Formats: sequence, C-alpha cells, structure tokens
Amino acid sequence: MDASAAAANASNFLSAVRGSMSKIKEYPEERDISQEDPRVGVFVCNCGINIGSVVRVPEVAEYAKTIPGVVYTEEFLFSCSQDSIEKIKASINEHKLNRVVVASCTPRTHAPLFMSSLKEAGINQYLFEQANIREHSSWVHRDNPDAATEKAKDLVKMAVAKVKLLKPVYTSFMDINRQALVIGGGIAGMTNALNLAGQGFKVYLVERTGKLGGQALDVKYTMKGNNPSELVDKLIADVNSNPNIELYLESTIKDVAGYLGNYKTTLAVPSGDKKIEHGVVIVATGAEPAETKEFLYGRHGAVLTQRELEQKLAGPGVGNANNIVMIQCVGSRNEERPYCSRICCYNAVKNALKIKEQNPGANVFILYRDIRTYGFYETYYAEARKQGVVFVRYTLEDQPVVEAKGDKLKVTVKDPILNKTLELDTDLLVLSTGIIPAQGTDALSQTFKVSLNADGYFLEAHMKLRPVDFAADGLYLCGLAHSPKLIEESIAQANAAAVRAVTMLSKDKLESLGNVAW
Amino acid sequence: MSVPEQKIQTEFEPKIIAIVCNWCTYTGADLAGTARIQYPPNVRIIRVMCSGAVDPLYMIKPILDGGDAVLVGG
Repeated sequence: MDASAAAANASNFLSAVRGSMSKIKEYPEERDISQEDPRVGVFVCNCGINIGSVVRVPEVAEYAKTIPGVVYTEEFLFSCSQDSIEKIKASINEHKLNRVVVASCTPRTHAPLFMSSLKEAGINQYLFEQANIREHSSWVHRDNPDAATEKAKDLVKMAVAKVKLLKPVYTSFMDINRQALVIGGGIAGMTNALNLAGQGFKVYLVERTGKLGGQALDVKYTMKGNNPSELVDKLIADVNSNPNIELYLESTIKDVAGYLGNYKTTLAVPSGDKKIEHGVVIVATGAEPAETKEFLYGRHGAVLTQRELEQKLAGPGVGNANNIVMIQCVGSRNEERPYCSRICCYNAVKNALKIKEQNPGANVFILYRDIRTYGFYETYYAEARKQGVVFVRYTLEDQPVVEAKGDKLKVTVKDPILNKTLELDTDLLVLSTGIIPAQGTDALSQTFKVSLNADGYFLEAHMKLRPVDFAADGLYLCGLAHSPKLIEESIAQANAAAVRAVTMLSKDKLESLGNVAW
Repeated sequence: MSVPEQKIQTEFEPKIIAIVCNWCTYTGADLAGTARIQYPPNVRIIRVMCSGAVDPLYMIKPILDGGDAVLVGG
C-alpha cells in the first residue's frame, strides 16, 4: 500500500508525459487456420521438481505423441521461463502448429503467459489449452507416482481432445470514460480526489454533509504535535480551487448503472437529481465514533469520551481536575464488537501527555486490556510512563466499576501486579469508545455490489496483494471506510487508491474477456 | 436366457468425472494442490466457465462411456 502511495506521487509528477516513452507491442498478422487440420503441439513441464519428482514427465511426453492430432511434443524444466516461451513460439512456426497444449500448472495463473506466446507466433491465442498436472496431480498424489502419471496422461489427452475443437475467439474493445467518482469528502476522499485531479483526470467529489473535512475536523492535534485542521484547511482550499474537481456537498448516491469504465450514476443533490458518467469509483465514506452507555456516560457530568476530552484540552482545558482516569476498549473487543479500533491507545497516550503538559501535577491513570501504540508511537507510550502516567491492566471478565460520588466519581479496579483492588478518587473519567462503520455503509455496499467484512467495513480484494481494490475491477476504497486507522495511514491509502484507479483510467481501451462457455 | 451375474471387483476403484466451475471449485482444487492435501487419484477434472452451463446430457455421457460417477461443482 505504501508502495502504491509512493507510485501515486511519482505518477503525479510524470502525468504530463504519460505514455510518451512507451512502445506499443506489435504482433504478427494472425494466420488463418480455418482450412487446416488440427496440428497440436504438446509441451510438458517439470516445474523444476514440483511435477517431475512425482509424475514421470518423459513418459507423459512420449504418450502425448501417440494421441491423434499431436504432431510435436517437447519437455521443459520450466515452461514459463523466457527461453521455453521462445521455444514454444519457434515450434509453432517450425512445425506449423495450429493448437497448443501446455501440461504444467494451473491456467488461472499461467494461461495468459502461454496464450501470449501463441499471439506472438501469429496464431489466435484462444487456440490453447492447459493441462493442470501440478495442482491437480503431482502435488495431490505425492505418494502414488504411478497413478499420478496415469492421471497426467489422461489430463493431457483431455486437453488435446478439447484443443482440437477450439475455434479462434476475437475479443471486443470498449471506450473508457476517464472520469472518477469519489464518495466522501474527508481527508481520504479529498487526498484521493486531489491526486487524481493532479494527474489530469476529472473527479466528481460527493460529500453527504454540508462541509468537507470529515472526522478530522474533530482531531485537534496529533501525537507529533501537528495540527490536522491546517491540513484539512489546505485540502479544502486545494479542492475548491482545482478545476478538475466538481464538488457536490449535501449530496448522496441515489442510483448506479453501467459497469467498469462506463458507469452512469444518479446523485441526489440539493437541487434534485444529477446524472454523471464516470469510469471508476473510489469509496472513502469514512466511519463514526462509537457511542456508549457504560460507566455512567450520559448520566454523570464527569464522564467524557476521549474525543470530548480532546476538545477541552485544545480549548478551555480541564479546569482543576487533578485525578483523571481513562478506560480503554469501552464497548470494544467483546462479543458484540470484537475488533480493535486501532487509534484508542494512541489517543489515550496522546491526551495523557497533553494533560501532563498542561498540568504536570495531575494524576493520570489509564485502565487498559492491551496497549498498542503501534509503530514508532511506542516511544510516546514510554514517554507517558516516564512522566508518571499509571497504566493498570484489567480483563474483559473483571471490568472496572464506576460509582458516582457527588460531582466526582469512584473507580474501583483490580491491579493484577499488586494483586490489590485500587479505589481511585476521580475528577474526570474518560472513555475510549472506538470507531464504528459510517451510517449508510450497508446500503452503499449494496448499491455498488461490493462486500463488507464481518465488522461491517468495506472489504478489500486481498489484504496483501490488492489492499485498496474491491474484488470487482474499477472500484477502490480508502480511509476509515476500510477500517479504523490514523490520518497518515488514510493519506497513504488514499494515494494508493488513486494510482490504482489511474491504472484503469490511463488505458486506451478496455478489452473484453475471451471466455466462452465451451 | 439368464443374465450372468457380474462380480464387483474386490478392489473396485471408481472413475469419477468432475465438471467444475472455473471461479470456485476449480480454484478450490488448485488450493488443495497448493496446500498439498493428498486425495485419491480417481477423479478427472473438466473445467467450465459456469456450472450453470452444464447440460444434464453432459452428466449422463460419462456414465454411458464407462465412468462410475459424475461430480458437478459450482
């Protein structure tokens, strides 16, 4: 994801010269094979020892020669290596092959590579069939070489039978609408929109509320001392002044039609309906602070959320509150809401340090289950301990008990290190309540037919391989809509999603798949 | 005329023809390979783009041609 974000920024610099140094790959004219009898070439792969150590590859290659229609066979150590691909191409020309079978691994990963060698040798790339003798034979019948070899022979025979019946397939091409729809005007959505706009693409930015900025509007300072509102103000100014961005405030998605490259979306804008056309969609709809009724919240004036504390610390301060207790994981990491909101440990340490900065004599207790100020923020956790912030661990089964004592509180918690029960006289109780998916996430997931994870956030196609893509092409995600995260992570993810969208928007044309039913 | 009774071979090994969807079951079979899960070698897999496209005739033909069982996965 960070690599994609870096690529996004590099791509932004280079956008003016995009494509100017690329060469278009030229393919030879396709040979007309309609009058030819099938001439099949079979190439059997050892895959190093992956296949050859179980399946007797020479025997399979020898067998392939006896199948009617097969005019050439060859055995490779690695079929996918550059020199093997060259040999396949040379064999197609030398032996006038008009069908190719490669017996190797799964076509799901390697068929495109082998098919391109057909194209480069001047025959239609769909005159190809792959026999999967690795995933479906050598790897699953390791202790039975005889049966694995017989199965491999059958798979080759089946592939030859099928390839002889294949006819050329011609794909169609479609134009792409080079405009993007970005949903959500928080830091992620604005960062994403600005990157896309900077690369020369028109962006429709849609924000549900009347104001840009999202959750970051309520973040007053970061651990490192930055002021997020400066960033938000700059992003808003950039968005407003960017001619490539068309902004719709107080607007939502009403209806979506079309498909990758050619979406037709109806927005509900204040003046009625507005139809827009675009090629890709970026979902940056954010999340919300969770609410709680636990620990007297809402019933006692001395109980705040971490976010409310932050507003006070950034403004009037906490007055003469001298004993401050924070409870972590409120309503989180339990049966109803099993996930960790990722930012609460960070925020507790951040605000504890701020209290200590404003009033070094204050006593701050953080009651936690596990502390994770991940990454380099561990140093701030160490700093908090150094400054005398007291961390007391509690368990899900044995939670702190909060009682009202006039306008103050008493918090009782068992300290597992002292093995004693502590009674804390508390002036201010601060609850870390975590993050929940934004309202409307469910409906939006159905509008675009994209998945949510078990916690109700938008789900990426693959955590590691495609971290900002949805499973369907042309749809991308970033920011809190994906999962709880810090601002810096949202920014990186927003840029990453932008460059992923650019890979689609910068294509000349979209090619349809050549899959046919049989 | 009586039909001679056929004894089932004591070590009967069925021939199974599996017609599977490219997008799910075939991927599952690939995953079995990647995970090195060992299973009997009696099955021959035919990959199709959708199990919904499998005409019932194609399920009967393997049996008529000497197969013992047909599995459709999708």
